[in-house]
Amino acid sequence: MEALRYQDVKALATHAAQLAASPEATQRRLLVCCGTGCLAGGAAAVAEALEQQLAKLDKKQRVQLNLVCKKTGCHGFCEKGPLVVLMPEAIFYKGVKPKDCEAIVHQTVIGGEVIDKLLYVDPATDKAVVKYGDIEFYKQQQRVVMRNIGLIDPAKIDDYILRGGYRSLAKALSSMTPDHVLSEVEKAKLRGRGGAGFDAGRKWRSCKKAAGDVRYIICNGDEGDPGAFMDRSVMEGDPHGVIEGMIIGAYALECHHGYIYVRQEYPLAVKHLQQAIDDARGRGLLGHDILGSGFDFDIEIARGGGAFVCGESSALMRSVEGKVGEPRAKYVHATDKGLWDKPTVLNNVETWVNVVRIIEHGADWFTTMGTAGSKGTKAFALVGKVKNTGLVEVEMGTTLRQIIFGPGGGMLSSGERGGFKAVQTGGPSGGCLPDSLLDLPVDFDTLTKAGSMMGSGGMIVMDHSTCMVDVARYFLSFLTDESCGKCVPCREGLWQMYQIVSRICEGNGDLKDLDQIEDLSQAIINGSLCALGKSGPFPVQSTIRYFRHEYEAHIKEQRCPAGVCKALITYSIDKEICNGCGACLSACATSAILGERKKGDTFEINEVKCDRCGACAAVCKFDAVKVA
Amino acid sequence: MQPANEKTFAMTINGRRLTANDGESVLTVAKRAGIDIPTLCHHPAIEDFGSCRLCLVEVTKPEWKGWQGLMTACLYPAAKDLIVETQSERVRHVRRNVLDLLLARCPESQVIQQLASDYGVTRSSFTPRADADLCILCGLCVRVCESAVTAAIATLNRGRRREVGPPFGDVPPDCVGCTACAHVCPTGHIIFTEDKGVRTIWNKKFELLRCQKCHEPLLTVEQRDHLLKTRDLDVSYYELCPGCKRQRTAETFADVVLKTHPHFVPKQMGGSSGIPTVPFVQHKEVRP
Repeated sequence: MEALRYQDVKALATHAAQLAASPEATQRRLLVCCGTGCLAGGAAAVAEALEQQLAKLDKKQRVQLNLVCKKTGCHGFCEKGPLVVLMPEAIFYKGVKPKDCEAIVHQTVIGGEVIDKLLYVDPATDKAVVKYGDIEFYKQQQRVVMRNIGLIDPAKIDDYILRGGYRSLAKALSSMTPDHVLSEVEKAKLRGRGGAGFDAGRKWRSCKKAAGDVRYIICNGDEGDPGAFMDRSVMEGDPHGVIEGMIIGAYALECHHGYIYVRQEYPLAVKHLQQAIDDARGRGLLGHDILGSGFDFDIEIARGGGAFVCGESSALMRSVEGKVGEPRAKYVHATDKGLWDKPTVLNNVETWVNVVRIIEHGADWFTTMGTAGSKGTKAFALVGKVKNTGLVEVEMGTTLRQIIFGPGGGMLSSGERGGFKAVQTGGPSGGCLPDSLLDLPVDFDTLTKAGSMMGSGGMIVMDHSTCMVDVARYFLSFLTDESCGKCVPCREGLWQMYQIVSRICEGNGDLKDLDQIEDLSQAIINGSLCALGKSGPFPVQSTIRYFRHEYEAHIKEQRCPAGVCKALITYSIDKEICNGCGACLSACATSAILGERKKGDTFEINEVKCDRCGACAAVCKFDAVKVA
Repeated sequence: MQPANEKTFAMTINGRRLTANDGESVLTVAKRAGIDIPTLCHHPAIEDFGSCRLCLVEVTKPEWKGWQGLMTACLYPAAKDLIVETQSERVRHVRRNVLDLLLARCPESQVIQQLASDYGVTRSSFTPRADADLCILCGLCVRVCESAVTAAIATLNRGRRREVGPPFGDVPPDCVGCTACAHVCPTGHIIFTEDKGVRTIWNKKFELLRCQKCHEPLLTVEQRDHLLKTRDLDVSYYELCPGCKRQRTAETFADVVLKTHPHFVPKQMGGSSGIPTVPFVQHKEVRP
């Protein structure tokens, strides 16, 4: 078969119509989530087992079934993976194992029966939910950016085109001038999804005004915040969406070369993006004379080496240039002098995908979503102590409570050590917000005002078993490792701050330390070269602001209220509750559990030998191990 | 002074109206006017980097509606109507903290001790670094080597594990022993020794070529070979030290003068030609 290459916009539209009318378009689909999370849970084996089961059927039966098995990108509900969805029935199975596949094919696909044990059980109602769309986790989301993810095979360009892919590009090339596209993005008030929330239209406009005819665009896929995986899922699950957004952006900016910077730790994203780029190029959607419009643009993938700081735009550009990824002062903006000193627009993965939707539906549609200052939707990686962890996309302005108790399904446990305590947004540069701020509508400005930030969309929910001083210490340790070390306030300041907070965690703090932290924070914020340093003190500042009593308990009473800081806690066994099962005895790595496994006997903990790892408490089914 | 053309304009530093040229940094303008701004990672011969943060100044413009930003004077471009404060409380606060942090990093550095005491810090309020050395990681050595020599050394690792050194901590294969790194080091961390015609730096030994006339050590074999490759000069250029070269020029000149003016009597001339010699390598600067 001759390779298909679209000579013009019409050829693309014709092919899209052909695809929609083809038998494949109405085929039943068995969607196996093959995002990184589900793959780790064994999704590849599940997909293989399903294929094997289908292959065992005789030919007539297969034709009759009219079914295709697809490996899709991340459905977002990673905690319940591996996930299998049968479309169009929308039957949703979670935690699927290869041994379940025979039943799935014979009972569900052929027999039309639902397998109860694979259904998702709503923790609130205790009832099994059959359909994808009826699950609260999905029901309460508004998927604009993640529209295609989970429904298409990211390795197949036709799947994307069947979902309306490259229609926005065709629209831009055939009926809009570059300036018209730019004005539409300006009108949509699209703000960059990478963290700072800078007006994308304004950025594009200043780049276009800059002197010179060589410009670059970059997609920042160096997602490094602990616990965040929105961009990864988009790149893995809908790579053509990113590419289409970039081509439209390049057309608006009259730019001919783009880079996608992806971190080395995302091999699947790199694979899918590369395949998508090659396929798009083959179809005439990338490269020379795109869709016969005379416009040339191509994309190259640049792989990061794993430094968190390379997510910072100036460091990223240096890294693309092949230099050490260190930020530089931005007194001259990247839109004037960026990559190789040429005017450059850098936007985040999610931002580029939003461009596709804006061109498709118009800026007026886009601005109906969101708040006064932040339009559209935002994807969050909701993790931590919530019932449903995973990817959540909601309208801007949704409150923290609505996210955590809506799609998030509420807290994992209740009681003294369970229950909501804080939510950390914005990654290591963000802050921790307490329950009094749960009704805060989430947008760029409200979060900043509350002492945190939107960041790229990490959202870590914590319960009362989390020590806020320890959390601050964790983020400081992350940042001291990831600071590039170029400037003094960030390199030396964050390290000294880590020392002070560590001292507090060990019970050697002083109330004066809190003043010193505040003073040093100001110097780091004012003095650092890049945003990593300038926002580095936020986790500490926000925890002191909202959880000062916890710092004071560590300092004044040498007590860790959450029972986390090892130097300040002791483990003991409640003899009234202990039934001598000996689970703790096997779990203890330091032989600190005293006693014999004998009926009626109880155990004790040798405090000297105990290294406070908490393994005994974790295995005790009767809550006999107490922390104080 | 009135601005002469579009490339020259007026700006204000500490209330003083000053003339600046397009392309200059705030630091250059301030220095010319004798306004002191402390620096550690700046060197006039090397492209600025902005890592020590000591030269932070407060910057604003009339149209910024009162917004003031802290910018590094070494990198911030001078601009028309720019208003700069070099000693505001915010500036002094950051500088004091930076010096306090550097004093914890390098408690033994006299340069840091002096600067810190200028900002009222005599003892660091932070935990001093265990086994501290004199390196403040200003990066001047790396930058001079990269821009003018062979990029034989680099910063290694990141964050608080960052350090300066040759690749993998080995003897640097590309080092030509020019000692430029040691000469730009503001704290005297990088040292080299010279003994019996052998120079040692970065644990690498270099044989020194001597001036063919005065026999003073001149430059290393590797340095000469590097220069032969990168500069369009004959090998004979590297045979004499600058002092002896000047002397030779003077002697040639004297010969010509005496031939054309046989009765000319030179006054107060010392040595054979009367020109005092200046050794190329300033041996006094060798640090212990």
